[in-house]
Amino acid sequence: MIVGSIAGIGAGLAAIGAGIGIGQIGGKAMEGMARQPEAASKIQTAMLIAAAFVEAVALFGVVVAFLGTGNVG
Amino acid sequence: MDLSHIFNLKKIAITAFCAVFLVAAHAQEHENTDSASVEPVETETGHADKEAPISETILHHIADSHEWHFWGEGEHKVAIPLPVILVTKNGIVTFLSNKHDQDEHGKEVFEEKGQQLVNFHGGYYYPTAAANHEGEYVVLDQYKVPTNEKPLDLSITKNVASMLISVVVILFVFISIANAYKKRVGKAPKGMQSLFEPIIIFVRDDIAKPQLGHRYKGFMPYLLTVFFFVWINNLMGIIPFFPGGANLTGNISVTAMLALCTFILTNVNGKKNYWGHVFTPHVPWWLYPLMIPVEIIGLFTKPIALMIRLFANITAGHILILSLLSLIFILKSVAAAGVAVPFVLFISVIELVVGFIQAFIFTILSALFIGMAVEEHAEH
Repeated sequence: MIVGSIAGIGAGLAAIGAGIGIGQIGGKAMEGMARQPEAASKIQTAMLIAAAFVEAVALFGVVVAFLGTGNVG
Repeated sequence: MDLSHIFNLKKIAITAFCAVFLVAAHAQEHENTDSASVEPVETETGHADKEAPISETILHHIADSHEWHFWGEGEHKVAIPLPVILVTKNGIVTFLSNKHDQDEHGKEVFEEKGQQLVNFHGGYYYPTAAANHEGEYVVLDQYKVPTNEKPLDLSITKNVASMLISVVVILFVFISIANAYKKRVGKAPKGMQSLFEPIIIFVRDDIAKPQLGHRYKGFMPYLLTVFFFVWINNLMGIIPFFPGGANLTGNISVTAMLALCTFILTNVNGKKNYWGHVFTPHVPWWLYPLMIPVEIIGLFTKPIALMIRLFANITAGHILILSLLSLIFILKSVAAAGVAVPFVLFISVIELVVGFIQAFIFTILSALFIGMAVEEHAEH
């Protein structure tokens, strides 16, 4: 039997959004690096910062799911 | 950002190699503790919902506690007791945590300095006058959380002890490095100095300088402190046994305090341009009633996002590792270990990288926020 709460579905949906976002960021960063290898280090920094902002959304989903299940980490 | 000057060091390679072995030991350790703690619960209660004890065990592992637990349960428990400091109605009460941990279900009321207390799952509460039908001196709400009044808990818990250890490590490392720099002016770095120099230069050249420009010097002490505090505590969280094992950077109070430091530093250093952005944004005047509240909320969401990001990343990593190990106990077969342990090893190695990246992200975002605040000329 699988037991869970609907909050987990919400966290999953947030993860889908963040997955699309991080995929876009990573893909575009690679394109940029392939075009201008000399700017690779700058692109990498900017990519990590942007990825961190997007990832935070997925993590908000995880935290809300925890709150929803009554288990605050 | 070019990480090659950090990762191609021979010593780092050796350290990483040792870390992999530590992770293997980690898997071993958690197998022991989990088999000790999960199975008795299942056989005792024997109810159909077999996932509840495992999620309880996982949450227990990532939570703070009054003792530093090694292995075993009940009578055979091996743990380091830590001091409990409670500010009660009758003044400050102190005792070692192993003095009153025989009963954790709130069934025994003990007296310390004339103050009656009861221990319920590691939390200390004022007991109710009479026990309920299960013999517990606590009143539980629908989530099984006691609603009793509780004293202010200022204990040296596992997290606090772990933080003190990490602070000692950081102080030792950096005071000895600083002395080495004083002694060896103009000479090549040696020993620990050459191990840390690339990382310190990385923080300076890739985090502070691009975000803060020529003002970077004044903020270097804060950025270096935050970077190494977060990084060392992330790494100590991955070590499964004594000096590590506390989920410090996965504790929301710790990350809240770090974010508060960044918040204060940002706003104290805010220049005219920064406050101008908040109170006179570049929009038509009739949008001010809408924009000013939004900008003010924006001041607070930045540190809150910093806090949640670090907390959730590290907590999620710990939960992931423990969940994969729990597969062995969910599937109830040793064969599952063949899949679970390599997976845990893999995730643990990823956690080593995540520990570094999160420290980097926290520091670079702090530098970015401070950089936006100290900027003097309007660029747009």
